Amino acid sequence: MSINELQDEIIEEFELFEEDWEGKYEYIIDLGKKLSPLAEEFKTEDNIIKGCQSVVWLNAKYENGLVIFEGDSQAIIVKGLVNMLLKVLTNHTPTEILNADLYFIDKIGLTSHLAQTRSNGLASMVKQMKTYALAYQSLEK
Amino acid sequence: MKLDINKIRQDFPILEQSINGKKLVYFDNAATTQKPTVVIEALKSYYEGYNANIHRGIHHLAEKATAAFEETRKTVRAFLNAKTTEEIIFTYGTTDSINLVANSYGQKFISEGDEILISTLEHHSNIVPWQMLCEGKGCILKIIPINDAGEIILEEYEKLLSPKTKLVSVVHVSNALGTINPIKTIIDKAHAFGAKVLVDGAQACSHIDIDVQALDADFYALSAHKLFGPTGLGVLYGKKELLETMPPYRGGGEMIKEVTFEKTTYADLPYKFEAGTPNIADVVAFKFALDYIQNLGKTNIAAHENELLAYATEKLGAIEGLTIIGTAKEKVSVISFILEGIHPQDIGIILDQQGIAVRTGHHCTQPLMQRLGIPGTARASFSVYNTFEEIDALVVGILKVKKLLS
Repeated sequence: MSINELQDEIIEEFELFEEDWEGKYEYIIDLGKKLSPLAEEFKTEDNIIKGCQSVVWLNAKYENGLVIFEGDSQAIIVKGLVNMLLKVLTNHTPTEILNADLYFIDKIGLTSHLAQTRSNGLASMVKQMKTYALAYQSLEK
Repeated sequence: MKLDINKIRQDFPILEQSINGKKLVYFDNAATTQKPTVVIEALKSYYEGYNANIHRGIHHLAEKATAAFEETRKTVRAFLNAKTTEEIIFTYGTTDSINLVANSYGQKFISEGDEILISTLEHHSNIVPWQMLCEGKGCILKIIPINDAGEIILEEYEKLLSPKTKLVSVVHVSNALGTINPIKTIIDKAHAFGAKVLVDGAQACSHIDIDVQALDADFYALSAHKLFGPTGLGVLYGKKELLETMPPYRGGGEMIKEVTFEKTTYADLPYKFEAGTPNIADVVAFKFALDYIQNLGKTNIAAHENELLAYATEKLGAIEGLTIIGTAKEKVSVISFILEGIHPQDIGIILDQQGIAVRTGHHCTQPLMQRLGIPGTARASFSVYNTFEEIDALVVGILKVKKLLS
């Protein structure tokens, strides 16, 4: 699936909740619980995303022309949000990731639901993912 | 006198709103307090009626603005029971006040090998300026340890004091835990070794009566915004004889007596330390905040806050899996807590969904959190306008956090 198809799928899932904040957060918490933990060897200082209130790790590798992201967080709601970002951006080419317009966060109402400081944390994560993509782009044929 | 809290709430227009469809419960008062209508109106009438630059203008507006500005200085003097208004310096906040002392007093009077003592409870704003000074000067920063309840260990403090100690800079009330430090004892013991004492009063000033003469504090720093006043304004109290020996910290207008390209002479106290056009409007409005507090009476405010603290300690303490962090015998109305197996950030997000504003994280006290062995806490801090019903709402909110996240 393309990045936009994946985003649209998430948006569709969230449409079920509309005004039901509890349902929405239960869903995000569930996504957090489902994300398999990052291996300890990747929980390094270098892999920590700055700007988040809780510690968020992001690890990336480049395999067969695709960027693979893995991530984790100490806080479960953030971990759920990380899971969503990973779903959308992992397993795509560097160029696809660099060109991605991430509209789903806004569409599912999380920019308004999460305070500025925390959104900034998410924004730092997206920025870091794009930085990895930019680095790997030079390896693209 | 028993305060009428519902009447007081009407003085704070911001409290009458809903967040995420729920009635706002504002429990982040240790970060900043809300502003009563008298303060908001004072800002408005200053800008609408007598905005002018102060101290030099000879026209009517400048004279009126200057008089209002200096009226606040008199009110602050009385609020702290300083001897004279020359001892009251307006700054941009507690952080700025501490930086003033570090840069002016520190630069002149602290040398290589001298020691500065701070406590484990300090906010970053009372750590970093001293680290910066020590880096430049080669002086040594020593840390007074605390016990598990979050109290300074006085015996350990005494052991750290020596003739090498030049300055002790400690917080009066811990922002993260609410601990009230035995500041008078700390000051007396420091003075016995000839050390000066700076008190970070950012959190104390809204809860405790401050008498700088009775405390014999050398410096006392506070922020207006924690006292129902405007943001971006603080005060540094300093003993006149100390301030007189200290060099200016910033150069510019207002702080000079005479300038030639060869030499500049500096203005008298307190203007020597107030370079540039000050934060006039906020200073003018700050008087109304202080008068508001005086009208309610600090003792009455403290009585209500202590009742809230006792009620919240009992109610929150009864929640399974909840641990209150900071159990000092002497505390202001701050409750820091953690929930077993739940990250503080998750607590904050779910409480926010229910319209409850608390602070989560390390509260700018990372070394303290390291000492306590936790990544952070959720902190509910109460002010005079908070109610018992709001604490009940917090309890319901926390139970929801547990339900969703356990």
